[in-house]
Amino acid sequence: MPILLAIAEAEKYVGGAYLVFLLLLLVYVAIMAAKLQRIQRELSELAGAAEQKRGGSS
Amino acid sequence: MRSISLRTIAIATVAVLAVGYALAFFDAPRDADQGLIQKIFYLHVPLAISALVGFVVAAVLAIQHLRTGDAIWDARSYVAIHVSVIFGVGVLLTGAIWAKGAWGTWWEWREPTLVSFLIVFLLYATYYPLRYAIEDRDRQARYASVFAITAGAFVPLNFVAVRAAEPLIHPRTFSSAGGLPDSMLLAFLVCMAGMALLWVTLVRFELAAKGTSADLSRIRRAVLGDDAPPAPAPSIAPVGASASRAMSAGPREERPR
Repeated sequence: MPILLAIAEAEKYVGGAYLVFLLLLLVYVAIMAAKLQRIQRELSELAGAAEQKRGGSS
Repeated sequence: MRSISLRTIAIATVAVLAVGYALAFFDAPRDADQGLIQKIFYLHVPLAISALVGFVVAAVLAIQHLRTGDAIWDARSYVAIHVSVIFGVGVLLTGAIWAKGAWGTWWEWREPTLVSFLIVFLLYATYYPLRYAIEDRDRQARYASVFAITAGAFVPLNFVAVRAAEPLIHPRTFSSAGGLPDSMLLAFLVCMAGMALLWVTLVRFELAAKGTSADLSRIRRAVLGDDAPPAPAPSIAPVGASASRAMSAGPREERPR
């Protein structure tokens, strides 16, 4: 029984460590995704501005 | 030589990490002393090695920046430090969890391995305030490179000093007394390769994002002209050969006027 308890305790720490690493990666990816979303938004704004400029000059 | 695409590296990273951790959990034997908790080793140690090697790589890239004056090397050095600092956070967190499970304490101040890594991590944490305290882009890049070289030289010295010191409780991964058995060593090496690939993937990913952001600024200037409202300032100088040309060709719109 104490051996089983020790394994359950160890599982908690092992799971915790791997989960923390995954969370860290997820936070990083989420921040990068937000940045890419901003770039995408700016790009569509610029595409609109470029089309407007072309329409105005013709 | 054509460089490997980001997608290929990302797929390779996922594959190698999956194989590595499958080996670590299903093939490598359970440690006789620590039991299951030793499985954290396959995450914690590759993270630590990748972070420390990443700091040294950043120093080499910074040397290239000072030699050539090209902003791309500064950007690479910055991103290498950034990803290594993130890995450093992972090292400290997973190490603390391992310490709690194995030794019953989250942190041990008398252990040279732990304290020395914390010193290296805190040293690199000062890189950001140092960098952003300087407004002038060229000076910022130069000072950041000098910092990266100095701190990068400190990393191997620190490693040697820790090896020379008497360990209190932290195990030595590759000690002269036996080392790892073959099945553990294989799992460890595959995890190490996966973590190194993850470092490269994240560096390439962030550089690509910064390059796109810089190109976007150039397009904005070309489409909207000089009256264009300034885009949100990128954290570093523009990246990429085209961006470098743009930097030398005219004023930089991100600077406050």
